[in-house]
Amino acid sequence: MAAVQTRDREPAALRLRRMSGQVGWGVLAWVVGIAFFLPVLWMVLTAFKPESAAQTWPPKFVFSPTLAQFRLVFSGWGPYVTHSLIATTVSTVLVLVLGVPAAYALSVHPVPRWRDGLFFFISTKMLPIVAAIGPLYVLALKTHLLDSIWVLIILYTAMNLPVAIWLIRSFMLEVPKEMLEAAELDGAGRIREMTEVIMPVISPGLVSTALICVIFAWNELFLALNLTVTNAATLPMFLISSVPQEGLYLAHLSAAATVASVPVIIVGWIAQRSLVRGLSMGAIK
Amino acid sequence: MAGVKFVSATRVYAKDAPPAVDALDLDIKDGEFMVLVGPSGSGKTTALRMLAGLEPLDGGRVEIGDKDVTFVPPKDRDIAMVFQNYALYPSKTVADNMGFALKMQGVPREERTRRVREAARLLNLDDTMLDRKPKALSGGQRQRVAMGRAIVREPRVFLMDEPLSNLDAKLRVQTRSQIAELQRRLGITTVYVTHDQVEAMTMGHRVAVLAGGHLQQCDTPRQLYDNPVNQFVAGFIGSPAMNLQKVPLAEGGVRLAGSTLPLPASIGTAARQAGLSELVIGIRPEHLHLADGDGAIAGEVTLVEELGADALLHVRLAESGDLIVARTEGRKTPPPGQQVSFRVQPDDVFAFHPETGARLAA
Repeated sequence: MAAVQTRDREPAALRLRRMSGQVGWGVLAWVVGIAFFLPVLWMVLTAFKPESAAQTWPPKFVFSPTLAQFRLVFSGWGPYVTHSLIATTVSTVLVLVLGVPAAYALSVHPVPRWRDGLFFFISTKMLPIVAAIGPLYVLALKTHLLDSIWVLIILYTAMNLPVAIWLIRSFMLEVPKEMLEAAELDGAGRIREMTEVIMPVISPGLVSTALICVIFAWNELFLALNLTVTNAATLPMFLISSVPQEGLYLAHLSAAATVASVPVIIVGWIAQRSLVRGLSMGAIK
Repeated sequence: MAGVKFVSATRVYAKDAPPAVDALDLDIKDGEFMVLVGPSGSGKTTALRMLAGLEPLDGGRVEIGDKDVTFVPPKDRDIAMVFQNYALYPSKTVADNMGFALKMQGVPREERTRRVREAARLLNLDDTMLDRKPKALSGGQRQRVAMGRAIVREPRVFLMDEPLSNLDAKLRVQTRSQIAELQRRLGITTVYVTHDQVEAMTMGHRVAVLAGGHLQQCDTPRQLYDNPVNQFVAGFIGSPAMNLQKVPLAEGGVRLAGSTLPLPASIGTAARQAGLSELVIGIRPEHLHLADGDGAIAGEVTLVEELGADALLHVRLAESGDLIVARTEGRKTPPPGQQVSFRVQPDDVFAFHPETGARLAA
């Protein structure tokens, strides 16, 4: 009530200034938002156009929509989407299974020389992946993993693990110390402490970590392109293959890209709910 | 059921720093409510954590029930602790919070439920609350859940680390008596840490006063109040605090506020034997009695604090200008600015060594 009253007594000039400020920020937010959204909109619109209409400049906004491109996409994407799903899901699960205990050992009960360990993990991300592709190719070849889904699972796990460990560790550091001591007094061993006390508290953090891993793995192209051909080719490769050597392809490519974006958007939308939840609500006081 | 014993227990956090707890010797009897009290940094919480096993010892030992537990992990010490911020598990329901320790001990579900309900009844937590998460509870309810988590275990020793400090004043007073009553009923040895000397005095069977990592005095609340062993305990116990003044010795007493305050002969003798020319005297606010102009201690009232039944007079002493506080009857208080004087019984005056702070024999 007090706030409402003071607002009522606010001088008109001040109110005008405050409101014009709000409008200004609102306009800016919309401009930036639209600037980011426009290419996506263009992609989605183009996906519904016949090829002939997709090529026109300036782009047409009035056209008779068609699902022909989507039909074409769905007829050919089957194996690709399966590979993408397997590589993304399995690698993300592996990242969490390996990352949680690793982060635990680097934060809650730090092992000796945990700083070195932490630095080692992140140092693996410093080398550009292009520099490692030669040896990786040879290794995959010699282990008969070339063009196998396992090479992608292993590499995506390795690629996401350092980031995940750093993220999960930062969430674990937020867990109140007294809660861990309470668990210790309650008789929870290391594993119970991790699974029954810490993980429920940091579950929003685990979800966001998983989301990042899913996005990275789902969109990864470079490794897939170089180490797989057909048996393990993923959706990003399907997009590339949608570009024919000659002829019209913009509408087809747009349809394929739209389809490829949908799963990540869905996962992100689901994860969003748990992301907003506070990390340790109710733990203190 | 078990007693607790600290034997020269020492904890050093940093190599060159003075010990947080320095050779603490404390014997807590079976079923006793022992309060550790002291200002922040006194080592009281560290001592409690040493007993819990959350803090290793750098010397000495800790015993529970005549068994040396210095190197026993916390979960095997058969203790339960209530934390200052309660440290409840936010993702678990109240019932699961309270039953977690039993679950870890492998107690079957039915018995767990029974014991949780029993503890909940003891703490007036109704059954609908058991299925809620901590964040859906009020501060006072969370406090009771934290208590419940300790009670459910039926431990040999309760450890409590300032469990009331997050409650508002009214609830604190109420919960204070509930905890004391509960402890009396359960008869479980309890070690209770607080910085609030009122809590210490009202709850403890005995109170251990700590300062700077050293045990100053451990005694019943009455003894601590009437017979403090040193200046620190005298100043720390009691609210408002004892008036402490450094004064020069004079014939038959000490010089204070322009006149001579008589002291018992024994104090004079002790002071002479120690070769002192001045000493610190302490007078409790309630021992300053208003006199009609003929009192030994004169000064001017600067502030009156009405407490209802009685009032506190803040008085600026004549000559020295030091401030003292006197407790007087309410409704008949002199107004600020008025000149007043006080009478003091010689036996009510405490005397302390000006350097060591030790009590001079009375």
